[in-house]
Amino acid sequence: MAITTTMPEDVAVIEISKLSTRFGEHIVHTGLDLDVRRGEIFAVIGGSGSGKSTLLREIILLHRPNAGSIRVLGVDLQDIDDAAALALRLRWGVMFQHGGLFGSLTVLENIGLPLREHRTLDNAAVDALAAQKLALTGLAPEVGAQYPSELSGGMMKRASLARALVLEPELLFLDEPTAGLDPESAGEVDQLVRKLRDGGGLTIVMITHDLDLLWQLADRVAVLGDGKVAGIGSMAELAQMDTPAIRKFFDGPRGRAAQEQGQQKPAVPQSELIGSPSWKPK
Amino acid sequence: MKPRIVKPSPLESLGQSAATALEEVVALLSFVGESAVALGQCIAHPSRMRWRPLLYNIGSAGVGALPIVGLLSFLLGIVVAYQGSGQLRQYGANIFVADLVGISMLREFAPLITAIIIAGRSGSAYAAQIGTMAVTEEIDAMRTLGIAPLDVLVLPKILALLIVLPLLTVFADVCGVFGGMIMARAQLGVGFEEFIDRFTKVVSVTTYLLGIGKAPVFAAIIAVVGCFQGFRTKGGADSVGRQTTRSVVQSSFLVIVADAMFSIAFSALDL
Ligand SMILES: Nc1ncnc2c1ncn2[C@@H]1O[C@H](COP(=O)(O)OP(=O)(O)OP(=O)(O)O)[C@@H](O)[C@H]1O
Ligand SMILES: [Mg+2]
Repeated sequence: MAITTTMPEDVAVIEISKLSTRFGEHIVHTGLDLDVRRGEIFAVIGGSGSGKSTLLREIILLHRPNAGSIRVLGVDLQDIDDAAALALRLRWGVMFQHGGLFGSLTVLENIGLPLREHRTLDNAAVDALAAQKLALTGLAPEVGAQYPSELSGGMMKRASLARALVLEPELLFLDEPTAGLDPESAGEVDQLVRKLRDGGGLTIVMITHDLDLLWQLADRVAVLGDGKVAGIGSMAELAQMDTPAIRKFFDGPRGRAAQEQGQQKPAVPQSELIGSPSWKPK
Repeated sequence: MKPRIVKPSPLESLGQSAATALEEVVALLSFVGESAVALGQCIAHPSRMRWRPLLYNIGSAGVGALPIVGLLSFLLGIVVAYQGSGQLRQYGANIFVADLVGISMLREFAPLITAIIIAGRSGSAYAAQIGTMAVTEEIDAMRTLGIAPLDVLVLPKILALLIVLPLLTVFADVCGVFGGMIMARAQLGVGFEEFIDRFTKVVSVTTYLLGIGKAPVFAAIIAVVGCFQGFRTKGGADSVGRQTTRSVVQSSFLVIVADAMFSIAFSALDL
């Protein structure tokens, strides 16, 4: 297995050790260990019910694990107090699977909301920043005045992404960024994630089933199975492993097609990405 | 492995529902505690108060409910006077209709009917709103954006009802007594002037205040139960409907229980 402690200069932004989660009798994670490095695009995959969403919820302080420790951006989430939790929450952005946009606010108000809450800016400045993020995610300016219920699935995800980015987070979480989208919109979200990565510095953690996204964008991928990380590494490395939990993602027609396509046009080499010093801590 | 669906024995289902009910009571109590702490913090730091949702909720739960509260309490006043009139006429005690309508409306019926209407109208809306937000991940999003859902979604509703329900009760008092007056004139020949005269003599300020005094308690019950059931929504859209129903059933139930306890307390205190 490609264990990931080879590069000492890598700083882990997320360190998870011996994580255990139960819902009543139902065991979701047992002694799960995982590290995410600064500046990478990290993907989590696994069968339905393998605990991906639960893992994400634990990392973003929406659910408490039963045991084990999670450190995010150097802060231990166990026994974190309200003020520290708030400070930490403002350092990451989350794009929820269904967007999580507030139905009572327009898109622009949604995007500007974190600024209104946590920064002392006047309305004009908030709207300007929100409009800028709206444009960054490729939405037309007039979308800003619409309500979330008037948006298509793809637009909703973009708007959600714009809101997640508005506080300039160091860490971005994407839950199923392309699920439920038609291939064209999925491709656009793909482009968007690529653009963010090329912008530099941002660490992206995503949950996805989208094989194209995995082959073309993910630097490293963790496969969850049986409550643990069954395998971790780049897609090419994972494709060589023969653990059954991993094999099922690569065998089968869809897996093979995506693999062929992915190997034809490989993503930006990892060394280039990790070596890029474009991002400096504030 | 073939999954077997075993039907639980009656004893087992009884135990399970008891455990579920107990869990719900504990969760409700902890929700009450959390809301009380948040309310205390808000009163200590009024800058934390969300004025916009508060005003919005006052408008929707208060102004919007005026027609229905007015109409139903008016009809209730008519019914009470009509039911009483047959008995009173037999004894030639027609004028006592003012006692009957005045005391029963002000003390019992107006606060109760208002609370039940608001439980059905606003309590259910609270549960549905919060429940929908839970299903569409808006509550999670709110937490991740560093906005406390209690501050935005719960406190404004509790405060709005605390303000609005006593006022609506006063309105219901007026409409109910007016309904009684109309019936008294039609059925018993007691004119408005006579009625008012008698009314001011027999209905004390205490009666009026006791009725109004229950309203804030009912308001707290309705708002807290509605929000609590909303937050308990798990899974899909059907769960929203279920929790909404539960919120109405539970808050109506608790309002009536509270009313009964008030009666016991008042009679023990000779009020
Ligand atoms: N709030 C909860 N209460 C009880 N069980 C839960 C809860 N949340 C998740 N589970 C259970 O935990 C397991 C893992 O759920 P999770 O949502 O993390 O899976 P997932 O890997 O995201 O699956 P999918 O790909 O289908 O989204 C599931 O079996 C689910 O039933
Ligand atoms: Mg999931």
